[in-house]
Order: sequence, then structure tokens, then C-alpha cells
Amino acid sequence: MIWNETKECMSRDEIAFLQGKRLHTQISRVYHNVEFYRKKMQEMGLEPADIQTIDDIVKLPFTTYEDLRENYPYGLLAVPREEIVRVQASSGTTGKPKLLCYTRHDIDVWSECVTRAMAMAGITRNDIIQVGYGYGLFTGGLGAHYGAENLGAMVIPMSTGNTKKLIDMMIDCEVTAIACTPSYLLHVAEALEQQGLLDRIKLKYAICGAEPWTDEMRKQMERRLNIKAFDIYGLTEIMGPGVACDCEHKKGLHIYEDHFYPEIINPDTLEQIPHGELGELCITTLTKEGMPLIRYRTRDLTSLEYGKCECGRTLARIQRFRGRSDDMLVIRGVNVFPSQVEHALLTVAGTTPNYFITVDRVNNTDTFDVAIEVEERFFSDEIKQLEKLRSDVEAAINQTVGIKAKVKLVEPNTLPHSEGKTKHVEDKRRLS
Amino acid sequence: MIVKQLSIFLENRAGSLDEALSILKEAHINISALSLADTSEFGLLRLIVDNPEKAKDAMKAAGYTSSINELLSVDLKQEVGYLSNIIKKLSSAGINVEYMYASSSSTSGASMIIKTDDLKKALDIVSMI
Repeated sequence: MIWNETKECMSRDEIAFLQGKRLHTQISRVYHNVEFYRKKMQEMGLEPADIQTIDDIVKLPFTTYEDLRENYPYGLLAVPREEIVRVQASSGTTGKPKLLCYTRHDIDVWSECVTRAMAMAGITRNDIIQVGYGYGLFTGGLGAHYGAENLGAMVIPMSTGNTKKLIDMMIDCEVTAIACTPSYLLHVAEALEQQGLLDRIKLKYAICGAEPWTDEMRKQMERRLNIKAFDIYGLTEIMGPGVACDCEHKKGLHIYEDHFYPEIINPDTLEQIPHGELGELCITTLTKEGMPLIRYRTRDLTSLEYGKCECGRTLARIQRFRGRSDDMLVIRGVNVFPSQVEHALLTVAGTTPNYFITVDRVNNTDTFDVAIEVEERFFSDEIKQLEKLRSDVEAAINQTVGIKAKVKLVEPNTLPHSEGKTKHVEDKRRLS
Repeated sequence: MIVKQLSIFLENRAGSLDEALSILKEAHINISALSLADTSEFGLLRLIVDNPEKAKDAMKAAGYTSSINELLSVDLKQEVGYLSNIIKKLSSAGINVEYMYASSSSTSGASMIIKTDDLKKALDIVSMI
């Protein structure tokens, strides 16, 4: 069903008008309340009055994750701190996380967007939803939770890490919908098959996100679990899950344009790219109060399709993601930058040895392997010292990145040596 | 006495030992004792050679990581309990043996190469035997 027909099925003219109005208001607010934006606009000779229609957005400066890091924790707040009722965070490239602040209204908008996504999948207030995303600073758990409650469904806040319990409750409580990462759902499917419990579940829908996945994975989980699976997109900086979601027609992810204005830009020239062409997705939050982001560069490479969908929605559709314009990897739903691994190596070894990251997907679970060349300065004639080096590096990576890597010690000169910007990474998952 | 040992880092794969030994052969290095320790992913080749510095240079030139360190070498008498006696003396002095392996030659007989956590103290103890 369409949860908010007024907003999801407007004509393109109505959408543009609403976006222009909201952009003007948003720019006025950030100009007056956020020094960071005011300075940037003043440097460009811009005033809020220069932004009247949505097409004026090209005059505005971009915002990047470096800006978020440099303004940690409260530098980009557009309201008094007292108005903030929640923070969420995502790991940064090094050191400090990116902190995102929500007002009560922001939480309401977020819930509404997730509700729209769940309704789009066919989930109703009669459903029983298990949320299998992590609860905490990560936006997945609480984001899906609030959306499902707002829908009126019954929520089981499973969080992550206990598949047996999840399966027990899935059967006992007659769960009909689940929200989790696609790779985790396939893991659950496998466990159900192995234990011969497939005919005891009542699952009908899955809303999966937080990591890239393929049509093949979707077909596989739909066939194995006899469900309908939907792709939900979001990023912590913008809001969390629920920025966009696909409908049963699978024509791309409908982005809620009344709250988020999407643009596709050329990551090198930073110019807007014509509709339908591949480039970097930028998003402007049109209604966010706590920490509005103007032309935020997501680094996700994709294209946008306009034109009414068979489902009746007129919202722009984000097409298949084709990778990143930076070197970030999404491993088991967690954002990982090679520079974080470098940082971890530095803390253990003193300097950074030559390393190589290999990411793959084996049995629907991401593998994260880090090979390090053993140099003389941390070589030892004792196995236990070398094993200690290996486990120290694993611990440091886990601490910096937030997920476990498998570290392997290799002979010198066996890994590709970086020249200039040569990457230390191979992603074998072929997800884009 | 104290001997110098050359340790070489090897990956646990077919051919890696062959490659390392070929390099030493090309450099005319003679090996008098050898121990190969393995884990699932890597191995440590420990060697007593006639010219450790030259051997290390040759390994380095071929791109291998190696190191030289000093170990205790104890000549063994062919009598029951001789080795047991040495180890007992080390352990009662609180010295821990990290690893050890045997060496033998036609001229000097058998000896034991021992890595302890305190070389100096271990040397003092065995020299009193």
C-alpha cells in the first residue's frame, strides 16, 4: 500500500515546488544558525534570498564527511543542543566517529520514511516484525524499530548476534516480516534449512539494507524462504535507513523527495549530470532540523530515473549502485576505509608494513582478510611472537574498524606494492 | 657455547622450502642443523650454518625476511639421562625453553641447540655441568 499518497504520488511540478519552498526555508535556517554553512555561503557571495527554487541548489556548496568529522560533535547543529533528543553515529575514516543529531521532529520524519518503506513492501499493522539490525549507535536497529511501531505493527527488537533465539522467536511468535542485512537473512535461511524448520515459519516479507546486495541474492532469499524481499537504502549522515526503498516492481529505490533532494554529480568536476547518467549521489536534507546537510556527497555511484512507476509513485528512483567514488568498503554492513586498517597497523607495528585487503563473500557472509608482509623489524625467531603480532593486529583492526578481520602474515614482496594511489584492496564480491 | 642461528620467514605452501634452500645453495652455504616449525599459514626455518651473515645477505637479496640470533649449544654425551639432567637444571633455575632441536656431526658428535628466555644465565648453568 501507499502510506502517504499525498507525498508519494505528487506530480513532478508539485514535487519541484515543494522542494524549492523547503530548500529556501532550510537554507535560511542553516545560514542563520550554522556558522559553517554561513561562512561557506558568504565566501561564495550567496545569501538565502538567492535560493528560491530547487534549481538554485547548484549555486550551493557541497558538504562532505570530512566536514562532519571536523565539526564533531556539535559544530553543525542548527538548533540549540536542548532540542536534540537522540544521537546516532557511524564510524569515521580515522579516530572520531561521525555524530548525527536528531530533534523530535527528525525522529518523526525518520519513522514516517521507514513506515512508508514497510508499507511499500506490503507490511501492515497486522504484521509481526523482527528487527535483526544492531541496536545502538548504528542507525539500523532503532530506525527500523520506530518505523515499524509507527506503522502499528508488533515489533520484536532482536538486535544481532543470536541466530538461535531469532529462529525460536520467529517460529513461536509467528513472525511475518524481518528487517536485517541481506547477508544475515541468507545466514538465517541456511540455519532454517539445516534444522529442517523451513515449513514452520510464517515469514512473508524482508526489508534488507545496510550493505550492497545483488538481484541474485534477492531471488535466492525469496526462493529459499518463500518471501518477498525489498531493498532499503539510507545512510546515517542523512538519517539512517528509509531514505529510499524499492517497491514490488523493482524499478529502483523510490527516494522520499519531499524530505531528501537527490542529485547526481560528476565526482571530478562536481557538476550536475543529466538524468539517467551514472555519477555520484548527493543528497540535501530538506526538512531535517537537528543537523541539516546541504548537498552531502554520499560517494555512492548510481543514476536516477524519473517518471511514474507502475506502483503509482512519482518519486525519483535510485538505480543499482555501481560502487563508490572513494575507497570505502561495506563489510558485513559496516563502513570500512583502508586508511582505518593502515591506522591500526601503525599503532601495532610503529610504521605501516605493506598490506593488502581482500574482501569476498563466502556462504553469504563477507570475509575480510588482511595480509601483511613480515618485515625484519617485527620478525622473530619465535612462533609465539609472530602469532602475537598477528593477534595484536587483529585486535587493533577490530578496535578501529569495529569488525573482525582475519590477518595473515606473508613473505615480503609478495603483495602488490602501492605506487602513488594504487589500491591496497581487492573486492571480489562483484556486487555492483 | 653460543651459536648463531639464522631464522627465515616462510609461507606455508609447496615450494617455499625448496626456494629458500636453493638460495643458500647458490650462496655456497653449508647447513649443519635445521628445524622447521610450522603454523597453518606460515613457517619458520631455523638454521645453523657455516656463515650466517653471508646467508642472511643472500636471503635478503632474494627478498626474504630473516634474522640472526644467538642460542645455546650444548654438546651431548651418549649416556642415559644426560639431556634430562641439563633441562632439569635449567628449569630449576626458572629458565624457560622456547624451542630446541638437535644437531650432529661426524667430528663433534651430537649437540642440542636451545632457545631460552635467558641466554646468559642458561650459559652459566650449562658451563658448570
